Amino acid sequence: MLYESVFKNPENTQRILHKLESLSQVTGPVKLMEICGTHTMAIARTGLKTILPKNIQLISGPGCPVCVTPSGVMDEVFKLSEDPRIIITSYGDLLRVPGSVRGDSLLRRKASGANVIDVYSPVDALNLARENPDREVVFLGVGFETTAPGTAACILEACRLGLENFSVLCLLKSTEPALRALIGGDDFSVSGFLCPGHVAAITGSESFAFLPKDYGLPAVVSGFEAADLLYSILKLMQMLADKKPELVNEYVRLVRPEGNPAAKAMMDQVFEPESCQWRGLGMVPDGGLKIRREYARFDGMKRYGITPKTGTDVPGCRCAQVIRGVLSPGQCPLFKTVCTPGDPVGPCMVSSEGSCAAAFRYEA
Amino acid sequence: MEEIITLDYGSGGTKTSGLIEELLLPAFDNPALNVLGDGAVLDGSEKLVFSTDSFVVSPWRFPGGNIGKLCVCGTVNDIAMAGGIPRYLSLSFVLEEGFLISDLKEIITSIAQEAKAAGIIIATGDTKVVERGKGDGIYINTSGIGFLRAPGLGKDQIRPGDTVILSGSAGCHGASVMMARAGLSQEVLSSDCRILTDLAGAALASGQVRILRDPTRGGVATTLNEFVEDSDLTIELDESQIPVDAPVAAACELLGLDPLYCACEGRMLAVCEPGSAKAIVHALHQLPGGEGAACIGTVTQSRPGKVILKTRLGGTRLLGKLTGQQLPRIC
Repeated sequence: MLYESVFKNPENTQRILHKLESLSQVTGPVKLMEICGTHTMAIARTGLKTILPKNIQLISGPGCPVCVTPSGVMDEVFKLSEDPRIIITSYGDLLRVPGSVRGDSLLRRKASGANVIDVYSPVDALNLARENPDREVVFLGVGFETTAPGTAACILEACRLGLENFSVLCLLKSTEPALRALIGGDDFSVSGFLCPGHVAAITGSESFAFLPKDYGLPAVVSGFEAADLLYSILKLMQMLADKKPELVNEYVRLVRPEGNPAAKAMMDQVFEPESCQWRGLGMVPDGGLKIRREYARFDGMKRYGITPKTGTDVPGCRCAQVIRGVLSPGQCPLFKTVCTPGDPVGPCMVSSEGSCAAAFRYEA
Repeated sequence: MEEIITLDYGSGGTKTSGLIEELLLPAFDNPALNVLGDGAVLDGSEKLVFSTDSFVVSPWRFPGGNIGKLCVCGTVNDIAMAGGIPRYLSLSFVLEEGFLISDLKEIITSIAQEAKAAGIIIATGDTKVVERGKGDGIYINTSGIGFLRAPGLGKDQIRPGDTVILSGSAGCHGASVMMARAGLSQEVLSSDCRILTDLAGAALASGQVRILRDPTRGGVATTLNEFVEDSDLTIELDESQIPVDAPVAAACELLGLDPLYCACEGRMLAVCEPGSAKAIVHALHQLPGGEGAACIGTVTQSRPGKVILKTRLGGTRLLGKLTGQQLPRIC
C-alpha cells in the first residue's frame, strides 16, 4: 500500500499549502496550465483547486485528445460506420462525441445497428481484424505521443501478419508544436506549465526543455497523484518567485530525460509530422502525425478517401477559448444551461476528461 | 434527432431516471409506484412488499457469482431494502437458442442455493427461448414478495444531522464484472453479490433507520444523489472514511473507472439518526458481509440537493449522479 499512502495521502499537505501561500504573495496572481486530460481529472477529483491559495489559478489547456479533434472528423467517421462491412473500433472517450449534428454520436450509431466496438488498446482492434477476416476493422487512432507508439506497434504487427482488413484513421497529435502555437497566441497569459507525465514517459522530460529555454516559462513534468500535483505546483511557484524558470522532472519514478527510445523509434518508423487542425488552435504546423507512405495500406484516410474537414462548431460554444485557457468553463453561456454531460454540445463537455465535464461534475 | 434507446438508458444514471420520470411514472401513476422505492409497499391484511428486476449481466459467470445468484440477490435485496422480509420469488428465463444445458444447470444450482440461504421459495416461473442471435445467451427476470417489518422508511424521513452508513467496500461487483469483461482475471477481486436480509434486519433493529438502499447500478454516488435530489438536504461524504478494497481500487485505476459509480450487489446504504449510528455499525460488523461497515458521511443543508465529497487531500468537490455508462478513457 506504499502507492496509496505516499502518493494519494500526502502527509505534508498543510506544510506545502503554507509554503504556497507565502510564495504566492511574492508572485502575485498566476495562472498555471495543465495540458493533460488525466491531470485535469486528477485536479478535479482531489478537489485541489479548493485548497490552493487564491493567487494560484489552475487552468486546463489543450490536453484532452477528444477535445482538440475537430467535429468534421466525427462526421466522416459516422459516414464510415454506415458501411456494414466495417467495424469501427475506438477508445471509449470518442463514443459520445457529436459531429456537426447535435445528438449524433458513435454510441447512437451503435444503438442503430452500426458495428462500433470500444477497445482499451489498438491491440484489441488488431485482434478483431484477425478474428473477422471478412470484415474491415478501422481503428480511430486518437491521442498524443502516449498512444502513438501503441498504434505504431499495431501497424507494424499488421504489416508483419500481412493483414489486409486493418486500418487506422490517424488523428494523432504532437504536443510540442501545439504548445508553441498556444504560447504564440495573442491571448496567452500562462505563467507556467504542469507538463504531462504520460507523454513525457515516451518523449522524455527533455522534450519540454524548450519551455524555459525558448519562452522563459517554468515547466514541471508531473505525475498524477495528489502528492505529485502538490509538489509540482510548489516547484513551479518556487521558480516563479525566484524568477528562475527551468525544467523540473517530478515524475522521476516513470519519466527519464530521454524518454522511451524504443517507443520513439517505432513512432518515427511508422509516422511523420503533418500540419493539422486543432480545435481551438486552428492549423498547427507539424501539429499532427500521419502514416508514412511505406505503410499507406494501413492508412484509413487513404483507404476510404477521407479528408477531415474542420467542421462547424455549434453557435455559442466556447470550447475553442476554453481549450486555450482564455475562458473558464463557467464563462461559456451554454455551460450547465444547454450543455451538460448527458447532452453535450462541445467536446470539452463530451470527453470525461474535458475541462467543462470536469467543472460540471466536480466543482461544488 | 429522434430519440432512441442507447445503453446509457440502462446504466442507472440520469438517462435511466429520465425514462422513469418522463415515460413510466406518468403512464402508471399510483401511490405504491410513485415513491420510487426499491420495492412497493402494498395494502392488505398484512402489508406486502413487491419488487421485480431483470438480469442481463454479461458475462453471465463472473468472479464471485453468476447470473443465477445475482437474480435472487437482486430482487430479495430490493425487498429487504424496502423494509420487507422476503418470502416468495418468481423466476422467468429468456434463453437464446444454443445456450448449453450444462450452463443452465450451473445457474439453476446457484439459484437454488441462494434461495435456500435467503429463506425464500421459488413460487412460480416461466421459460421462453428466442432464436439464435436474438438474445445474449440468457436473460432472467425475478419478481418477489415479502412481508413488511419496518414501515415508514423513505427519503422523506431523512433529517439534517443524520449519519450515512455503508456496509462494506464500494464497487466490488461492478469492478469484478468489468475486469471479467476486459478478459482480465484477478483472483483477489470478486463480486460482493450476497443476500442483505440479515444486514437490513440488524440495522432496522435499532428503530432509528430513515432509509435503506442497495447501491446497484450507478453505485454509491448515484444512490446517495437520489436520496437528496429535489430536497433541501445535502449529503457530505468523507472520502477517507469510504471503504474501497485495495483490489477494487487497483482494478478501477487500471480500467479508468470510479469505484463510487460501480455497482454493488451485496452492499447496503443506510441513513440513520446520528445517535444510533455507532451501534448499527457495530451490529453490522458482527455479520458476514458487514465486516467493513463504516459511517461515511453526514446529512446537512449546505448545498441543497447535492452530494459533496471531502477529498483525502482536504479539498471538496461535487459527487454527481452517473450520467451514462462509464467508458474507458484513452490514457
